[in-house]
Amino acid sequence: MKLTPDQTVFWHYGFVTINLTLVTTWALMLLMVIGSALITRKLKSNIKISRWQGVLEIIVTFINDEIKDIGLSSPEKYIGFIGTLFLFIGMSNLLVILPWYTPPTSSLSTTTALALSVFLAVPFFGISGSGFLGYLKTYISPTFIMLPFNIISELSRTLALAVRLFGNIMSGVTIVAILLSITPLFVPIVMKALGLLTGMVQAYIFGILATVYIAAAVQENDKKSKKIKLQKST
Amino acid sequence: MDSTTLVAVASIVTAGITTGIGSMMPALGEGKSVASALSSIAQQPDSASKITSTLFVGLAMIESTAIYCFVVSMILIFANPFWTHVIAK
Repeated sequence: MKLTPDQTVFWHYGFVTINLTLVTTWALMLLMVIGSALITRKLKSNIKISRWQGVLEIIVTFINDEIKDIGLSSPEKYIGFIGTLFLFIGMSNLLVILPWYTPPTSSLSTTTALALSVFLAVPFFGISGSGFLGYLKTYISPTFIMLPFNIISELSRTLALAVRLFGNIMSGVTIVAILLSITPLFVPIVMKALGLLTGMVQAYIFGILATVYIAAAVQENDKKSKKIKLQKST
Repeated sequence: MDSTTLVAVASIVTAGITTGIGSMMPALGEGKSVASALSSIAQQPDSASKITSTLFVGLAMIESTAIYCFVVSMILIFANPFWTHVIAK
C-alpha cells in the first residue's frame, strides 16, 4: 500500500528523482499560472465584466478581507504570499474529484516545503515591517525569560503546520483507499465529499495561521504607527 | 516469542491504542468547543462570522493532536523503522 505519492517514482538518476508529487505539483502550477494569465489578459473595469474575472475578483477580495480582519492593515503587501499558499493548497485539495489524482499535499515533503516557506516568511516580513532590532525584540516580548520558549514555539509550530496538513490530506486519501476494498459502492463517495470539505478548511487554516504568525511578527510596527497617529490627532 | 513477533505485537497494539486514545480525547475537546461556540452564537448572532472563523482555527488546532496520533499509528503500521530493522537482520 502506497502511503504517499512520493513512492511512485517515474525517473531516477543519481540524487535526482522525479516522482508523482513533483509531476502533480508542476502540473498544478502550470494550470494555475496559465489559467490566471488567460483570465487577467483582458481585465475590464466596465459594469459588464467576464464571468472568470468575477470569480477571480471574489477570491482576491475574500483573501484581502481575511488578512485585514486578522490585523494586517495593508493586505496588498502580503496577499502575494498568503494568497498563493491558500490557492495552491486549496486547488491541490479540490482536484481530488478527478480520477487517478493524488494530491501533492498528501506527501510530507510538499507540506514541509510550504511550512518552511512560512517559517522563512515570518522573519522576512517582520524585518521589513519593524526593522531588524524591532523583529528581534519580539523574541523577548513579554520578558527576557520567554526567549527559549519563543524559539521553541517558532520551531514546533512549523512542524505542526507541516504534519497537520499532511495528516489531514493523507488520512482522507487512505480512508478512501481502505473503504474501496471494504464497501466499494457508495461509501467512498461520501468520504470523498468529506475530504473536499476538510481540504478546503485545511487550506483556509494554513492561510489563516500563516497570517497570524506574520501579524504577530509585524505587530510592533502597527502599534507604533497607531501611537503616532493618536499623538498627531490629539 | 522471537524478536520479530515481539516487534509486530508491540507495533500493532500500540497503533490501536494510539488511535483509540488520540481520537477519544480530541473528540471531547472539539465537542466542548463547538457547544460553547454554538451557545455564544445563540446569545450574540451579530458576531456569528467572527466566532465561526475563530472556531474553525481552534478546531484545526485541537484536531491536529488527533492527526499526530493518526500519523504515528500509520508510521507504526506501514513504515515501521523497527520492523524493517528486524527484517533486515
